[in-house]
Amino acid sequence: MPNVEENYDVVVVGLGHAGCEAALACARMGLETICFTVSVESIALMPCNPNIGGSSKGHLVREIDALGGEMGKNIDKTFIQSKMLNASKGPAVHSLRAQADKSEYSRSMRRVLENTEHITIRQAEVSEIIVNEGVIEGVRTFSGATYHAKAVVLCTGTYLKARCIYGEVSNYTGPNGLQAANHLTDSLKANGVEMFRFKTGTPARVDKRSIDFSKMEQQFGDERIVPFSFSTDPDSIQKEQVFCWLTYTNEKTHEIIRNNIHRSPLFSGMIEGTGPRYCPSIEDKVVRFADKNRHQVFVEPEGNYTNEMYLGGMSSSLPEDVQYEMYRTVPGLENVKIVRNAYAIEYDCINPVQLKPSLEFKNISGLFSGGQFNGSSGYEEAAAQGIIAGINAACKILGREPLILDRSEAYIGVLIDDLVTKENHEPYRMMTSRAEYRLLLRQDNADIRLSKYGHELGLVSDEAYEWVLKKQEIVKEEIERLENTTVGVTDKVQNLLERLNSTLLKSGTTLAELIRRPEISYEDLAEIDPERKELRYDVVEQVNINIKYEGYINRQLKQVEHFKKLENKIIPETINYDDISGLRMEAQQKLKKFHPRSIGQASRISGVSPADISVLLVYLEQHRRM
Amino acid sequence: MNYSEDTIAAISTGSVTNSGIGIIRMSGEEALSIAEEIFQSKKSGKSLKEVPSHTIHYGNIVDDGEIVDEVLLMVMKAPNTYTREDVVEINCHGGMIVMNKVLETCFKHGARPAEPGEFTKRAFLNGRIDLSQAEAVIDLINSKNDMSMKSSINQLNGYLSGKIRKFREEILNDMAYIEAALDDPEHISLDDFGQILLNKINEICKELEYLIQTSDNGRVIKEGINTVILGKPNAGKSSLLNVLARYERAIVTDIPGTTRDIIEEQINLNGILINLTDTAGIRETKDMVESIGVDKARECAQNADLIIYVVDSSIPLDENDRKIMEIIQDKKVIIILNKSDLVSVVEENSFSDIIHAPVVSISTVTQDGIQRLEQIIRDMFIEGKIQFNDELVITNLRQKNSLKDALKSLKLVINSIENSMPEDFYTIDMMNAYEELGKITGESVEEDLANEIFSKFCMGK
Repeated sequence: MPNVEENYDVVVVGLGHAGCEAALACARMGLETICFTVSVESIALMPCNPNIGGSSKGHLVREIDALGGEMGKNIDKTFIQSKMLNASKGPAVHSLRAQADKSEYSRSMRRVLENTEHITIRQAEVSEIIVNEGVIEGVRTFSGATYHAKAVVLCTGTYLKARCIYGEVSNYTGPNGLQAANHLTDSLKANGVEMFRFKTGTPARVDKRSIDFSKMEQQFGDERIVPFSFSTDPDSIQKEQVFCWLTYTNEKTHEIIRNNIHRSPLFSGMIEGTGPRYCPSIEDKVVRFADKNRHQVFVEPEGNYTNEMYLGGMSSSLPEDVQYEMYRTVPGLENVKIVRNAYAIEYDCINPVQLKPSLEFKNISGLFSGGQFNGSSGYEEAAAQGIIAGINAACKILGREPLILDRSEAYIGVLIDDLVTKENHEPYRMMTSRAEYRLLLRQDNADIRLSKYGHELGLVSDEAYEWVLKKQEIVKEEIERLENTTVGVTDKVQNLLERLNSTLLKSGTTLAELIRRPEISYEDLAEIDPERKELRYDVVEQVNINIKYEGYINRQLKQVEHFKKLENKIIPETINYDDISGLRMEAQQKLKKFHPRSIGQASRISGVSPADISVLLVYLEQHRRM
Repeated sequence: MNYSEDTIAAISTGSVTNSGIGIIRMSGEEALSIAEEIFQSKKSGKSLKEVPSHTIHYGNIVDDGEIVDEVLLMVMKAPNTYTREDVVEINCHGGMIVMNKVLETCFKHGARPAEPGEFTKRAFLNGRIDLSQAEAVIDLINSKNDMSMKSSINQLNGYLSGKIRKFREEILNDMAYIEAALDDPEHISLDDFGQILLNKINEICKELEYLIQTSDNGRVIKEGINTVILGKPNAGKSSLLNVLARYERAIVTDIPGTTRDIIEEQINLNGILINLTDTAGIRETKDMVESIGVDKARECAQNADLIIYVVDSSIPLDENDRKIMEIIQDKKVIIILNKSDLVSVVEENSFSDIIHAPVVSISTVTQDGIQRLEQIIRDMFIEGKIQFNDELVITNLRQKNSLKDALKSLKLVINSIENSMPEDFYTIDMMNAYEELGKITGESVEEDLANEIFSKFCMGK
């Protein structure tokens, strides 16, 4: 029987958070895109925690949104609780986090994909990539069908040769018992791709009716909900929110874990994959932080229409009986009934240093990848890479320059640069401390930073982009006005300052100077600023931040200027490092391995010294002149 | 392409030739404005930015209202300069102390220490140096860099590096605490941390200030070619030293050793400064001869610019001689066949299969051959075969500069805490301080912070 054979512009493999963004970006840029998933029911599945956002991850969602991605809009439609973390800290670390109704989130994203022009969804396991002389030509499915394409984006998440483990039980499945993809790894290896084996885990889901909430602390959402997407009207999403709950483990819990530690597959050696240090299982925490006598447990609903609750903080791969025993030591969980066991999952992923900053494979033209497949962890990290991989696959086909965000422009830039430049041996998670210029990379200004790119690519509408431009203009004018509006030492002013617990004036000053005081904000000065126009909340936010933190912001801007100089020195792809005699051996080997795109990237490779960079600069100049 | 960069400064005259004049060179966009800030003309009040290019100006280098030195300052504007950037050369009085002070004043006003070979690198990148010399430029960068690395290791004593490592550890630990709390605010609280941090940072600042103040006192910076006299016991090392020193008696100065019980002599051979180190301080017992002699040779081979290897020509060479020669074979060496007044059993050509070095027969008793030895040293220097490693001096300044920058950053942290800024602002400047201190100990930052967070703080879902 002859096999099916079809032609598309782009093939996207996997429809998790990375795959969805990749597919949408390609389709919205006008390319015929076919997406494969092992199960249509698992599109945009949240197999682990029921949140979107959180510290630094909230930034990523905002950036995806500014580029024209879907994650922010989708969580705005399906959240059941929302909180701005670190609201009392500086604006750089404010981070949105929402509890999602998991099944709604997944359903809603599926609806968007199904109704996007140029997207075809196909349930099948891709088992092979077709490569001809270093150029991707398509994929083949397990059933033997061939799909020709000009670009392929791999977003297989945790499904490659996946294995779920708890105690002595191990199943060769993906998350949630879904079918694993067992063949693609071999095809990748046959094409010279270097693979890693990573591991992660998830806690048990338990029945809400078996929990005694009176022994736990109630956790509320924010009173005024802030949306993720710049396109969502805040007024449209103010709604009743669910509660989460906080409880703690205790010495008894830890004792049970210690007594059974030999039965953990992590400690018995049954698990070989590398797990993340920042997201340890409860047994890991008990062993590594032996001096802590309790750990927090967040009990979070999985959705509006389910009784399942997620036990945040207690992921585990201990045997079933030990899971029961340890969970039941936690106050409020004495009679808890488990719906789904906690488990660890092992999977194949690639060593991401094989990728260019565009997320295209260095050695296979037209093959792109994103998400956990690239060795990251987290829904948001996945989606962020997905949109970039999708955009760049499309750009490649359309003959456009790839979109490469640098470390001074976006968390996405930091994320991808870290993945492709640093030798990374555990699942990579975003953190605000990884961003050198985080004062500039705030979640509040993601639109100002990035919508120009989204607009150029056709992913952000003219209307939305025009507002961003206008907003910047209004902000600038308002700041100028505040810098130039003086206030005298009048009763009215002194009265206000007294009420705000601020030092009284000795001589006249400007409104901007007053806003620079930590205890005073733009809004506070309304009564002594009669000239003020009615401004939108997001404009006020920018005015406040830019005036208050001007000194710090300017310092970082100056650092960025320096950073950009090296970043903009592009190294030709044809460079032969063996020709450069002055390089030290270690640097030569590293440079050959990484093939950095720019001098800036080269300088971040460990083992490449400043002297090597000087030698490289001299060599490049020599060849430029020849 | 113009490779424009920040402004760098360095001493550009060799310091070996004990000359009366030293030159400090600055290059970069801000060279003129920095010069403007630190220079007080004796004549006109004309701005240095407005004076014609390639002109010389007479005045003082001034820092905080105090005169550092009386100088001639040359203004050379881009592009007709060595680096094709604006260049200022300050001709000050010779001698390390004055030159250092002038250079430090430049740093204080915004220049940064030049990297090894950086002037030449810029000259090349800006098209000033011919393409055919690219290889030579690369070699220069590498050799200067090697020297610099060696010097910073040599110079960093245990006390200083221990202190700095301790500061870095504390800073890293506190940064990790803040960042862990920002990353996981529901697990870790920062309430009242500002005050705790303020006390700690104040403490570190105090210690840094002390280190900066004392950084010039404790260390004797020796200008000159570091020359070590080496050989087996009774070969005549001390006699040679005495002869050389006595011969130049009028200008001999004694510098007591700082750490070891070694006497060093500084002699002046027609204007070339030479620091002579004798290894005679060691009194070997018979059975320890080999180990001490070999160890000594190894240590000297690392640090010396020139080695004078003294052999007693009246007794045959043995296994120890061979070992010593192997260790020093990559260095600049002069071999002395001493005791030429006795019957010689060692031939002049008995070394050539192991080591290539001029051989001189002398007698410290009759002083035969001493003049020839001096002639050889002078020739080697003039022909550029031996070089003074001035990176030692530069390294010292670089380290001091890093200490100052770290202090500046920590003061900004204090400022942020006192102005009730949010905690995430503290770590920005703490990271700068951490990086600056790392430059001194030669440790890079890489993944330190992430590692510290993950290892010290329990977080995650």
